[in-house]
Amino acid sequence: MTRVIGDVILKLENISLAFGGVKALADISFDVREHEVRAIIGPNGAGKSSMLNVINGVYRPQQGTITFRGRERRDMNTHDAAAQGIARTFQNIALFKGMSVLDNIMTGRTLKMKATFLEQAIWIGRARREELEHRARVEEIIDFLEIQHIRKTPVGRLPYGLQKRVELARALAAEPSLLLLDEPMAGMNVEEKQDMCRFVLDVNEQYGTTIVLIEHDMGVVMDISDRVVVLDYGRKIGDGVPDAIRASRAVIDAYLGVAH
Amino acid sequence: MAEALETFPRRMLHHASVRPRHPATREKDLGIWQSWSWSEVAHEVRAMACGLASLGFRRGDHLAIIGDNRPRLYWAMVAAQCVGGVPVPMYQDAPANEFVYVLNDARIAYALVEDQEQVDKMLEARPQVGTLAHVIYDDGRGMRNYEGAGYEGVQSYDALVAAGREFDRANPGFFDAEVAKGRGSDVSIMLYTSGTTGKPKGVRQSHLAFITAAEGGASFDALTANDSVLSYLPMAWVGDHLFSFAQWLVTGFTINCPESAETVMTDLREIGPTYYFAPPRIFENLRTQVMIRMEDASAVKRAVFRWAIEVARRCGADLLDGRPVPLVERLRYAIGDLVVYGPLRNVLGMSRIRVAYTAGAAIGPDLFRFYRSIGINMKQLYGSTETCAYCCLQPDGDVKLDTVGIPAPHVEVKIGDNGEVLVRGPMLLTEYYNRPEATAESIDPDGFFRTGDAGLFDADGQLRIIDRAKDVGRLSGGAMFAPNYIENKLKFYPHIKEAVAFGHDRDRVCAFVNIDLGSVGNWAERRGLAYSGYADLAAKPEVIELVRQCVEEVNAELAAEPGLAASQIHRFLVLHKELDPDDDELTRTRKVRRGFVAEKYAALIDALYGGARTQHIRTQVRFEDGRAGMVEADIRIEDARTVAVDAVRKAA
Repeated sequence: MTRVIGDVILKLENISLAFGGVKALADISFDVREHEVRAIIGPNGAGKSSMLNVINGVYRPQQGTITFRGRERRDMNTHDAAAQGIARTFQNIALFKGMSVLDNIMTGRTLKMKATFLEQAIWIGRARREELEHRARVEEIIDFLEIQHIRKTPVGRLPYGLQKRVELARALAAEPSLLLLDEPMAGMNVEEKQDMCRFVLDVNEQYGTTIVLIEHDMGVVMDISDRVVVLDYGRKIGDGVPDAIRASRAVIDAYLGVAH
Repeated sequence: MAEALETFPRRMLHHASVRPRHPATREKDLGIWQSWSWSEVAHEVRAMACGLASLGFRRGDHLAIIGDNRPRLYWAMVAAQCVGGVPVPMYQDAPANEFVYVLNDARIAYALVEDQEQVDKMLEARPQVGTLAHVIYDDGRGMRNYEGAGYEGVQSYDALVAAGREFDRANPGFFDAEVAKGRGSDVSIMLYTSGTTGKPKGVRQSHLAFITAAEGGASFDALTANDSVLSYLPMAWVGDHLFSFAQWLVTGFTINCPESAETVMTDLREIGPTYYFAPPRIFENLRTQVMIRMEDASAVKRAVFRWAIEVARRCGADLLDGRPVPLVERLRYAIGDLVVYGPLRNVLGMSRIRVAYTAGAAIGPDLFRFYRSIGINMKQLYGSTETCAYCCLQPDGDVKLDTVGIPAPHVEVKIGDNGEVLVRGPMLLTEYYNRPEATAESIDPDGFFRTGDAGLFDADGQLRIIDRAKDVGRLSGGAMFAPNYIENKLKFYPHIKEAVAFGHDRDRVCAFVNIDLGSVGNWAERRGLAYSGYADLAAKPEVIELVRQCVEEVNAELAAEPGLAASQIHRFLVLHKELDPDDDELTRTRKVRRGFVAEKYAALIDALYGGARTQHIRTQVRFEDGRAGMVEADIRIEDARTVAVDAVRKAA
């Protein structure tokens, strides 16, 4: 492996999040290192998606601090997160169903577009140059994820596995340094999962993108991640390399249940 | 001049000097068609050839080429030839363990492959392939960590070319001297046969053989440097080698590589090739797509489409062949062309096609007629790996549905005493690699190659392929019996999925028929015919009537063909279950295993020849989950009307 895992770029300290009386996250701390693949696992309702939502600013935690690239703050906001290179995909695909694959991926470039609305409307000067550059970048991603054949197809007509891939493409179009993937392989068959694993690893290796992913398939998690955080009922019950997690009593109990 | 251009590398240099800026190769990459001129190709090939030489690649060495149709893989074939080597393209979708045999058989030391997937296969095969020292890859994606222990000899295309330029600077006269050493009689390529009958054999063809075949075809169809083809069929297939390599270097036209295997249809539309080659199944899929989309169109559009297709069916093919057609029909066709055929050709990406060839399997007359009637000059050719896919071609203006045309220029064709097609000419193979006995066996003392196909010439001197020679038998009356030929005729009907004809050493021909569940099921639904499953549907009197019509039409066709009138189907039955590879009735490539079927269904065959009206049968079936069960049914045995043989004989 030539990939070198770097310093901590994201640090979450004592995060607590509650919706009314429901405690979604209770006093959770963990960190993410540059260039690593970090998995968050846990049973249903453990708080995994909430955790991602805290990282990119959809939810504001009541307590705790988030330190991203050296800057400590109480909470993120979504625009800030995107501007600083955090991109994500969603558990329930959130694409524009009526638009083509190409257009959907182009939306991922929004923050990189500098031309004014007027320039874009009449497509002159800077807008034109920009669009060509963005399109070239998007074509690279299309090539990377092997979706050339559906470039012009409306997203709504695609099977689920391909839609997931398009969503990843859109996230990549933002050229993120940190990519959050919420169950990228849910509902896929074995072959689609293998493809997706390969793409995730390729992204990580080729672009050096740091990846935080939530996944239920234990085989996948243990195979592709460098470190794993385990949540259960909003608490952290494990944190470490896959082998350590596999052997952890608390984790086994959370997944298989305990005799009382 | 002809002497000077006797090898492919010299042809390439020739094009680079007479048409340096003419596009030689295009490829769609990152959504844009990139193109390389002949002079750019020659420049690249020179560097690649020198790069190979810098690795120790010498005259006579083999270079395995594995991947989808990529420009660099085509160029690599010329590069290997420049330094006197022999490119060996292999089927890219084979798994690693299947590569082991071919890599060993060809003693491959150098392999140029497309991407990480193929490199992984090479590395997996390498422990069992002692000779494989160098693996060069074209696409560097995912290859960053392929260095160090276990990855010896793995290097990128760019590194190869860089080393080649270095080598070229150090040895300036090397490249030209190597090209000058090449002779037309040198082996230019080794293509592996598919191996349906035993292990694959390496067929070695000389420059001269392929150049003759390519030139013959080019003059036959008046191909020029301005033609354009889409190169999308496997590079290891002789058809692609003739159309995308040999004819490319002979005529100097442009080859276009699709973006990926899935985008071929879009790329076809964008390029609009003038010259096209596809196996029948691709033409079939295209037509099916059109028909399905027409079913969804509005009533008015459907009516216009039906009218136009009917007009085309009546006179389209005659117009294409330049035969006389009444003025009214011509006018109708012109209108049809404006509103239907023209737009349809455009959608199919066939607006600019001058010649479209099909080969590789039998093509249904209906399908063939469809394309010709809408103004696409579709033709068949006949040939094999051993003959550079070049034996017979259909001439413009005289295309018949049931023949493969007349012998191509420079080719002699004759029919052997056993009915086997024998061919002779400069396009014949040099040898099977390392198999002198197989080479000797395939060529008779007069130098004719035994094709293994049975055929005959019709009154106009066009060759008709009947069957594989080994399947051809005799009726007890002495007439020839060609089971595949009869079965194919039946299978061309969409309602019939499979058929098995019997007749060897019998007094007449009888047949089993399998209905096509999709097609017949659809037919039944449209007329409100209820059925519970395959066996029930197959036993419906209406369905048997439907099959009878097909059988009787086939009989009428057979009666009209010289020598085949005695092969008419006298009795038939519709089987209660589909013939299935899981039950060993078909091979995995879906060919009927005649011996096994005859044994398993002996009771039914006895009933066919014994005159019974029905026969009870109990057979074992294997379900997809591996369990076995029994099915039983009473099968009706039907008589089919035949056309009186004597009457036909007299008329003929």
